[in-house]
Amino acid sequence: MQIFPCPFCGPRDETEFHFAAEAGKHRPEPAPEVTDTAWSDYLYGADAPKGRAREVWVHLTCGEFLLLTRDTVTREVLDAAALPGRGEAAT
Amino acid sequence: MSGWRHPTLGQIDRDRHLRFTFDGEGHTGYAGDTLASALLASGTRVLGRSFKYHRPRGLWGLGGEEPNALFDVGHGGISTPNCRATLTPLRDGMDLRAVNTRKAARDPLGLLDLAQRFLPAGFYYKTFMAGGWMRWEPMIRRMAGLGRLDPSNRPSGDMPQRNARCDLLVIGAGPAGLAAARAAAGHGATVWLLDEAGAPGGTLRWRGGEIEGGPWQDFVADTVQKVEAAGGRVLTDTTLWGAFDHGLFAAWQRGARDFHWRIRAAKVVLAAGAIERPLWFANNDLPGVMSAEAALHHLVLYGAVAGRRIVLATGNDGSYPVAAALAEAGCHVTLLDAREDTPAAPEGVEVRRGVAIDAARGTRSLGAVRAGGQHIDADTALVSGGYTPSVHLHCQTGGKLDWDVDRDALIPRPGTSPLIPAGAANGTFGLNAALAEGHAAGGGMGSAPNAAGATWALAPMRPDPKGRGRVWIDPQNDVTLKDVKLAAQEGYRSVEHLKRYTTLGMATDQGRSSNFAGLAAMAALTGRTIPETGTTTYRPPFTPIPLTALGGMRRGALFNPLKRLALEPQHAALGATFGEYGGWRRPAKYSDTQAEAKGARETFGLYDASPLGKIEVIGPGAAELLDFCGYVAMSTLKPGRARYGFMLGENGVVADDGVTLRLDDNRFILSASSSHVDHVRLILEEARQDRFDPSRVFVHDVTAQWVTLSVSGPQARTALETAGMPDDVTALRHMQVVETRWTQVPLRAARVSFTGDACWELSVPARHAPGLMTVLEGAREALGGHWIGLEALMILRAEKGYILIGKDTDGITMPQDLGWGRPRERRQDEYFGRRALFTPEAMREDRRQLVGLDCDGAPLPTGAHLVPLDGPARSLGFVTSSYHSPTLNRSVALALVDAGLDRMGDTLGVFHLGQHRTARICAPCAFDPEGTRLAD
Ligand SMILES: [Zn+2]
Repeated sequence: MQIFPCPFCGPRDETEFHFAAEAGKHRPEPAPEVTDTAWSDYLYGADAPKGRAREVWVHLTCGEFLLLTRDTVTREVLDAAALPGRGEAAT
Repeated sequence: MSGWRHPTLGQIDRDRHLRFTFDGEGHTGYAGDTLASALLASGTRVLGRSFKYHRPRGLWGLGGEEPNALFDVGHGGISTPNCRATLTPLRDGMDLRAVNTRKAARDPLGLLDLAQRFLPAGFYYKTFMAGGWMRWEPMIRRMAGLGRLDPSNRPSGDMPQRNARCDLLVIGAGPAGLAAARAAAGHGATVWLLDEAGAPGGTLRWRGGEIEGGPWQDFVADTVQKVEAAGGRVLTDTTLWGAFDHGLFAAWQRGARDFHWRIRAAKVVLAAGAIERPLWFANNDLPGVMSAEAALHHLVLYGAVAGRRIVLATGNDGSYPVAAALAEAGCHVTLLDAREDTPAAPEGVEVRRGVAIDAARGTRSLGAVRAGGQHIDADTALVSGGYTPSVHLHCQTGGKLDWDVDRDALIPRPGTSPLIPAGAANGTFGLNAALAEGHAAGGGMGSAPNAAGATWALAPMRPDPKGRGRVWIDPQNDVTLKDVKLAAQEGYRSVEHLKRYTTLGMATDQGRSSNFAGLAAMAALTGRTIPETGTTTYRPPFTPIPLTALGGMRRGALFNPLKRLALEPQHAALGATFGEYGGWRRPAKYSDTQAEAKGARETFGLYDASPLGKIEVIGPGAAELLDFCGYVAMSTLKPGRARYGFMLGENGVVADDGVTLRLDDNRFILSASSSHVDHVRLILEEARQDRFDPSRVFVHDVTAQWVTLSVSGPQARTALETAGMPDDVTALRHMQVVETRWTQVPLRAARVSFTGDACWELSVPARHAPGLMTVLEGAREALGGHWIGLEALMILRAEKGYILIGKDTDGITMPQDLGWGRPRERRQDEYFGRRALFTPEAMREDRRQLVGLDCDGAPLPTGAHLVPLDGPARSLGFVTSSYHSPTLNRSVALALVDAGLDRMGDTLGVFHLGQHRTARICAPCAFDPEGTRLAD
């Protein structure tokens, strides 16, 4: 049972979390300018790196989405941060 | 008959006699006995039969490594299968049965042993795949298998699961573990010290010794006192069975009540000890061949003596105290040491040097051994092939092993696991060395506890690949040296292949006394070293664990707890029967579903819609967020109005539908389907946090805080007036919403309909729900309305062609398949799932689309396939919802059909479980297609 740090709640059991996405992907848009290939890459193309990985997870109990940096081999959690968002706080 | 009870030795209570039976024969033991010690002392030799050849098997060991003595234990009217005799305390009135046989002493299947040359490794795979395994399976199952399940044995699902944290977890309370715990507790650390046995001490309990100049018992008592004084705990009868990610350890504690522990520790010392290896000679599986260490254990703790005429074969110094103790107890002991250079002979023991056992003799039990060309009469052969460190937990945490020539063992490679090994688990044999290593592992400063006695010397003992006769490697799974040779010949040379081909180490003892020999034999046969040959992967559990420990309280009603309505008692008082709907326990019906559905169309129906999602989206960014997350734009919705819409996945597939209410410019309520609330909330949250300014919009699920009662039907407005609802509620038109007060209670009323009739959803804070229900029930009584359950509601919505996402849609349904193509054509802004609606697949005209079905006779079976009337049979789609409509007095159904919209008016076949019918494709809405009843 891994322990993930929620930026909002603190350390919690992994069963309270859910994987959301690989981090760093940009949603291609607007839709009319996006090829079928680009869209399917966005939806289904995952790097699934061995070792260091940056992922977006959600803490289901509080709803916080977080940027988790972890090692998929050793299971070490290297960093956890709130999403940068698009708000004024982020700029 | 050869085991006996010593008149004085042992820590049993000789005043308390316990009666028990084994395979129907009566025996007596004492309080404090285990099943193993009681049977050993009774002289019973054959305790079971081997898995494959049904060879007689006797007691081998002293703990969880025991491969042979497994019993079904009947006690108190129930029978528990596969109890390990060495770990199960004896109780009065127990009825023990050997497993894998009707009766251990006389097993007709023992004849299988005569056919052994025809049953090599891989025999079952090779033979019974011919003609189909299914044909042979019932016969083989009767012959094989371990204990028998007792259907009346239903252990209560109430084993508490507890969490614990500590500074130091010490696994094993032998000398090394005690020294580690003592050192850490001395620094004030919180220490948890765990041991599988019933008391701390480990091998000290039978090997004894003096520590710090006093008896070992004082050292143990003092250590326990220090640990507890520092806030730690000592748990005995507790098996630490698994190591998991991020320092989680799981332990099963046995007692008057069992507990399952989840322990996280800042630091962990592995002091799990070592397990004695057997020796490998012909017929080494005969009852009467036993671990030397186990013989000492049973002698000292229980006064159970293994035999009278004993041959002890060894290659290490650790066996000498065993021989001495047995001689002192009155046994005739001959010690065969494979080495020439040995310690001095203990008093009363004849030592023969440079001699090993070549073969055991006897039929059902040992009668003699042949050693160094000589015949030696003996009723018991004790053996010690050295010791294998218990490194399982080290390896479970990812630790690697190194071959250590001096210690003749695979030991933990430093730095590959967070566990710190100490004592025999690290190959450090001998009391003084174990104490020193444990002391250091526990962070002890200064000198370690000191004990008399030197470290052990040992000579490596190995199976001889050229050895003659049948030499057992794994007694529980009947793997012989010949089987290992066969595996090597056939190319199964990797230990992982060896294991799977021969089943070596795959029995319930997990090969604890056999894996090393299998590995060593394979290394010798293939001319490789032991490190080159490798080891198999260690996985939890370390020892079999009852499922009740893993399941804990999560059983029955607690397995997947249902959400409960605030008004459940009131519905029950009205005679409701309940069912599960999307995780909620809801009224299925109150009286008769057909009558409820009909009555709701004639007068009015009342139903509890509280599980309907109520997700508040609040703030200046609310409209923008909803526009992006939804398929139907909500920013153009006027305050006080409601609009139906969908939520898609990014793959364009419909994830949910529902009505959105706009209460004012910056405040919406999204009515997600009751079973999709959590998912919809996360779609909104992800966009809010990832795409928008989270400070400008909030998403708040208040489903549980509000109770919603719906009033639907031609007399709904009259019912509301009778119930005393305010004018701004009764005046609402279809798709209007108002926030008001009823008496002093906040009330939200919305004219949205899931029935096709004029319908008001009335929502109040949950604590005011009983009051609202009372006035509506009063109106129902006065006017003759009906409470309707979910089953009747399903009929009403199906008559109207209203869909349920996940029932009338599946994993490929897009909104255009449901007749909602317009937002896709019209919207120019970006929204969730947009791009996926324009792929070639999404643009196809012949997609699987929602239609209605018209048919004669009884309702079509839900799930039935629609097939062409002519030509080759293939599925064109399936029935998703189907009911008898009491209002239309005919069947109504919805279906997903390939190119369904092009087939309007066509007749298709309906196929279900061999039955053929026909149905005509029609529009989904079967009742009031113009919607006049909504306009009221
Ligand atoms: Zn959280």
